[in-house]
Amino acid sequence: MGVVRNVMDDGLGGLEHNFLTGRIEDVVKWSRSRSSWGATFGLACCAIEMMATGTAHYDLARFGMEVFRASPRQADIMIVAGRVSQKMAPVLRQVYDQMMEPKWVISMGVCASSGGMFNNYAIVQGVDQIVPVDVYAPGCPPTPETLIHAIETLHQLIEDGEIMSRRKATGAGANVHIQEIAAGTFTPVVLGKR
Amino acid sequence: MTTDVLHDCVLGQSHGQQVLFVPKDRYIATLRKLIDDSYTMCVDLTAVDFLTHPGRTLPEAIAPERFEIVVNLLSMRDRTRMRLRTQVGEADASIDSAFDLYPGTEAMEREVFDMFGITFNGHPDLTRILMPEDWDGHPLRKDYSQGRIPVQFKGSAS
Amino acid sequence: MSDLLSTVVSAGTFEGNQELRSRSELTAKEVMREVGAVLRMSEADVALLAEVEADPGEDQTMIINMGPQHPSTHGVLRLMLELKGETVLRCKPIIGYLHTGMEKTGESLTFMQGGTNVTRMDYASPLNNELVFSMATEKLLGIDGDIPERAVWMRMLLSEMNRMSSHLLFMASNGMDIGAVSMMLYGWREREEVLRFFQKVTGLRMNHNFIRPGGVAADLPAGWRDDVLEILEMLGPRLEEYDTLMTGQPIWRERLQGVGVITRDEAIALGATGPILRSTGLAWDLRRDMPYLHYNKVEFDVIVGSYGDAFDRYAIRLAEIRESMRIVRQILDKMPGGDYRIQNKKVTPPPRARIDESMEALIHHFKIFTEGFKVPEGEVYVAIESPRGEIGCYIASDGSATPYRMHVRAPSFVNVQALPHMMRGGLVADAVAVISSVDPVLGEVDR
Repeated sequence: MGVVRNVMDDGLGGLEHNFLTGRIEDVVKWSRSRSSWGATFGLACCAIEMMATGTAHYDLARFGMEVFRASPRQADIMIVAGRVSQKMAPVLRQVYDQMMEPKWVISMGVCASSGGMFNNYAIVQGVDQIVPVDVYAPGCPPTPETLIHAIETLHQLIEDGEIMSRRKATGAGANVHIQEIAAGTFTPVVLGKR
Repeated sequence: MTTDVLHDCVLGQSHGQQVLFVPKDRYIATLRKLIDDSYTMCVDLTAVDFLTHPGRTLPEAIAPERFEIVVNLLSMRDRTRMRLRTQVGEADASIDSAFDLYPGTEAMEREVFDMFGITFNGHPDLTRILMPEDWDGHPLRKDYSQGRIPVQFKGSAS
Repeated sequence: MSDLLSTVVSAGTFEGNQELRSRSELTAKEVMREVGAVLRMSEADVALLAEVEADPGEDQTMIINMGPQHPSTHGVLRLMLELKGETVLRCKPIIGYLHTGMEKTGESLTFMQGGTNVTRMDYASPLNNELVFSMATEKLLGIDGDIPERAVWMRMLLSEMNRMSSHLLFMASNGMDIGAVSMMLYGWREREEVLRFFQKVTGLRMNHNFIRPGGVAADLPAGWRDDVLEILEMLGPRLEEYDTLMTGQPIWRERLQGVGVITRDEAIALGATGPILRSTGLAWDLRRDMPYLHYNKVEFDVIVGSYGDAFDRYAIRLAEIRESMRIVRQILDKMPGGDYRIQNKKVTPPPRARIDESMEALIHHFKIFTEGFKVPEGEVYVAIESPRGEIGCYIASDGSATPYRMHVRAPSFVNVQALPHMMRGGLVADAVAVISSVDPVLGEVDR
């Protein structure tokens, strides 16, 4: 690889190594995963932890997600944070339908994943009854580390590209279950393995 | 239960708290008198369904019914609370609304209607408040099931 | 079911039943309620009110819907507003989007498990929910006078730290709703410190299930005094920063002064408590006026506003953080040693190590955690001062191990009724500021 020290002297020779080449598909997947915007769907206690993840201490901005768009038309990821009641279920579906493809869903917390501790008449027992879910994050509420793990798992799936083809084939979500991480731990998380 | 009489109603004690047993027909009149006694804030209005516990302890003069409306009042001047318990039968599950005296009971009475099915006469807007509009049944009644779905725990991943 | 009941129930199930309806469909009383006229108006006034707007030629009012999903961070509250231009004429809050059936669930959980249920109602100050439930259970059991001193002071410490974290959450969300987005980051930064302390003490950042009937679940960890002092040292100057950033600032004042005014009589008639009631000038705080725990042994001031507007509520909460800090400093000095849980075998499970040694301990542990301890028949109402107002727990017991009826008087449920009164006559742009100043937590509104 030549190095161009001075374009005026060396001319454009050796300039070819200053280009990056790649497939458009890879660039698209990379940018989709690095700048996905979340739709605000904070319902209950998990919403407080989601806000905590977005603010300075845990900082979702470094993953490109600090922007939570209120309008579902502008959002990519819907993080269902909290318990979904019978009255809220149609609203949830309506917001999900308004989102534009490609869209993904993270079910944050046990109430969203399976009804949680509220196994009764009032709570929908898992949002996967209403929308296809890609990543389930356990915890009551999940610590911010767990939520970041869930988001990063989803980002890795987006970047790998599997998730798009599966969705096209079956219409179902990716159904990834992750482990809960205790707050304040610093063990490195290995991505790319499920 | 040692009892006393206040405003022609039986006044009892429960763990150091005053409880007034008011018959349904004198409910509003007694509330009016209590407002004059400086119980100006209605802190809470709720109901209890005694379907599966009919043999509860009540003063002798009171005939137990299925529902009980429980009203908690607060006197800021005297720093005391007063609790009212009114028996409401299942056949005629209705009572006068306290909205004119205590406008704050508006949402509380709607919740009691939604959860128990007790109607409040004279309430300006008696509609469901917590459940969807077309919901069938009154969830906090004892003959309404909790709605649990059977859960099977498959081998957990660990 | 009687005929009367069936007609009402069937009449009340049409689509849009809970929403704001146009004036022509409502009776005078319903209009009065939605306009927010609480103190009884004369018949003439009501007629005037109904007449002014019922002009069929002028179709200038618009009914709009805010929520239940909207960026104001207060959860799933839906508001229907009737606007004439930019002025809000009527407002109707529609709730129930987070109804979780907690009171029904509470009837099937034992008194030891009840804390896990109740703590998720007001998720911004969970320890206060657990505290009021535990106090009600203890009163029914008859052990409320026997709680060890250390447990009582620990409860006070946690309750005041929770008040601080809840008010910091208010400052953050209030700032963001008004537009001062950096306040959101600052408020959460402070809150993280308090949550880290909670994690050290209780094991969880939120929804702790730590305050249980009989005391608290575990003792304070070593070094807790230093942690608390660190938090207090850090918070003092930062509150000064917020004063500079917001309280004296002209934009902040313009946005909040005179907005969402409520009078003292309206607040009392509606049952609104907490900062809303105190902003009208009435100094009512349960910690001072009907003391519980050992609040009569610590010195603190009750902060009162004068105009009943949103600015007063903001200033009251900011000052309450300082008062809580003052109380916590006194608790640091006064914290005694001793048991953190009552030594009553029926209520308190034995220490885990004893289970290996003693059969009786094993049986007690088993009974308490599976069947639960039985609570004598009776009914009781206990109320404490949560950051939002008076939170009360009414438990009716039938002598078994689960509550027969568990009802929580949630302050936000009653405070939300004050919204129409605060919004009437204001601009729609102030609606978010008003909701934010009421600081509702929808978990306890809907339960």
